[in-house]
Amino acid sequence: MIQIRGWLAVVRKELTIYFSTPIFYITGFFFLLLAGYFFYTNVVYYSIVSFQAAQQASNPQVAAQLNPMQMVFRPLFAVLGIILLFMVPFITMRLMAEEKRSGTAELLFTYPLTDWAVITGKFGAALLIYLVLLAFTATYPLVLGLITRLDWGALGAGYLGLVLLGAACLALGLFASSLTENQIVGGVVAFALLLLFWIIGWVQELGAGAFGKVCQYLSLLDHYENFTKGVIDTRDLVYCLSFIYFFLFLTKRQLESRRWRA
Amino acid sequence: MQSMIEVQDLTKYYGPQLAVSRLDFQVAAGEIVGFLGPNGAGKTTTLKILAGFLAPSAGAARINGYDCVTDSLAARRSLGYVPENVAIYPDLTVTQFLRFAARAKGVAAKAETGEVDRVMAACGLEEVRGKLVGALSKGFRQRLGLAQALINQPPLLIMDEPTIGLDPSQIVEIRQLIQNLEGAHTVMLSSHILPEVSQLCHRVIIINRGQIVASDTPENLSRQLGQGARVLMTVAGPADQVTAAIAAVSGVKRVLSQAEGNYLVEADNGAELRPQLARVVVERGWQLLELKSQEFTLEEVFINLVTEETTTEETTEEES
Repeated sequence: MIQIRGWLAVVRKELTIYFSTPIFYITGFFFLLLAGYFFYTNVVYYSIVSFQAAQQASNPQVAAQLNPMQMVFRPLFAVLGIILLFMVPFITMRLMAEEKRSGTAELLFTYPLTDWAVITGKFGAALLIYLVLLAFTATYPLVLGLITRLDWGALGAGYLGLVLLGAACLALGLFASSLTENQIVGGVVAFALLLLFWIIGWVQELGAGAFGKVCQYLSLLDHYENFTKGVIDTRDLVYCLSFIYFFLFLTKRQLESRRWRA
Repeated sequence: MQSMIEVQDLTKYYGPQLAVSRLDFQVAAGEIVGFLGPNGAGKTTTLKILAGFLAPSAGAARINGYDCVTDSLAARRSLGYVPENVAIYPDLTVTQFLRFAARAKGVAAKAETGEVDRVMAACGLEEVRGKLVGALSKGFRQRLGLAQALINQPPLLIMDEPTIGLDPSQIVEIRQLIQNLEGAHTVMLSSHILPEVSQLCHRVIIINRGQIVASDTPENLSRQLGQGARVLMTVAGPADQVTAAIAAVSGVKRVLSQAEGNYLVEADNGAELRPQLARVVVERGWQLLELKSQEFTLEEVFINLVTEETTTEETTEEES
């Protein structure tokens, strides 16, 4: 019971800091600006293509491709995934590094809180911040749903993918932040690792055999793509949840080692 | 009496560098103990281990009966810690931070507001309750550091240099706050302001190069480790003859002639010299204007101990 309260204390403290510093507003502004821009251009492109298709003799193959999920939301999900690579380091770089740099870690870690309460509290706050931003993008399908028919199931799968991808990136970012006292270094390491996990699957295209298969399985992009297609596969769920747990666990080990090493 | 702090063979290495070497001490419940030592002596390291921030390389430390490593959460629940140069989240207000501390320390939701108000009143923080921590003066930040440590009324308070960097009036305020804690809490504080320690503490532990060199009440330390008593006397008479006559008294270790007929006489082994000194002066027909005993200050004891320790070690190293 006491640890739930402790966990909540960390979440609330982190949220208060997020909302009282400009980083959340700046990151959120550009995230929504870019997401809005891509949504708008996708919708415009979709309407032009639909209009042209309606004027020409109807081709069943073209008509099958002409639905808002394929033309608007799949490309939007793909681009949001890439925006996440750039955005997550800004959300997570401060989380652990700033505690160490400013010396507040000395108070935080002498309070009767378990390392898990601190780590998952910080992770939970960052995830909530991300979910708030993602919630704004939910207005896109809601508005589009007023004028056209949408496949809500596939959309839900896409959003689940975005939530899991975001959570995985945040867990990795938190770990990167725990490695250093310098926020910038924490951010750069997070970005580099995220990029690595994004493109690692490309090795398979070079025909690298079993090694290529392992790399492909480790790739965030490959697992995320299934969600954007509207497919929820247990393997992808397991991968994302294991990825999150693995990096939170590494963060915990990093904190423990500080206690012994420092 | 039950021990609030028990430290056995406590050792800490930073890489190959030895910071604390086989420390052994106990602090009884209700005591106010000063932890003294020059910079780099291992004070902060020891306090960080007690507070659960660092783990020892060897040995054990127990707070309120709980081991600082194996039962760290229970140990941390028993203490409030004020780190050196208290760093607090600058983007939170005083109230937001104290509420966070109360929740983190497991104060029940219903009692949270009352507890935050109590520590704010105890530390005089009401006037800045809505201010951002980043905008507080050093004195208020130090008080806030003390206030967060007092939340949930822990039986033990550990303070690392609680008055460092404060101006004289702020130092007096913080000392007063610490004095008010007497009886309700056990306090262990490190400092290098010696009068502060002799004023506040029941007992002093002096460490140097990671080892304890003395542990006693400030008065006993002054008496025992001052290596004898000192007498200050003022005599109207020829300076060289007076000095020679005093030096001839048995038990006198050294005579320092000062200006205007003042003489500082150091005794060999703490012997009471005043009757003999008075007799010698009167027998010679000089006038005895003043005669009083003077104790060694804690500062002198500290410097003696630390210098002695360093010199002995250097000699041993040279010999080997």
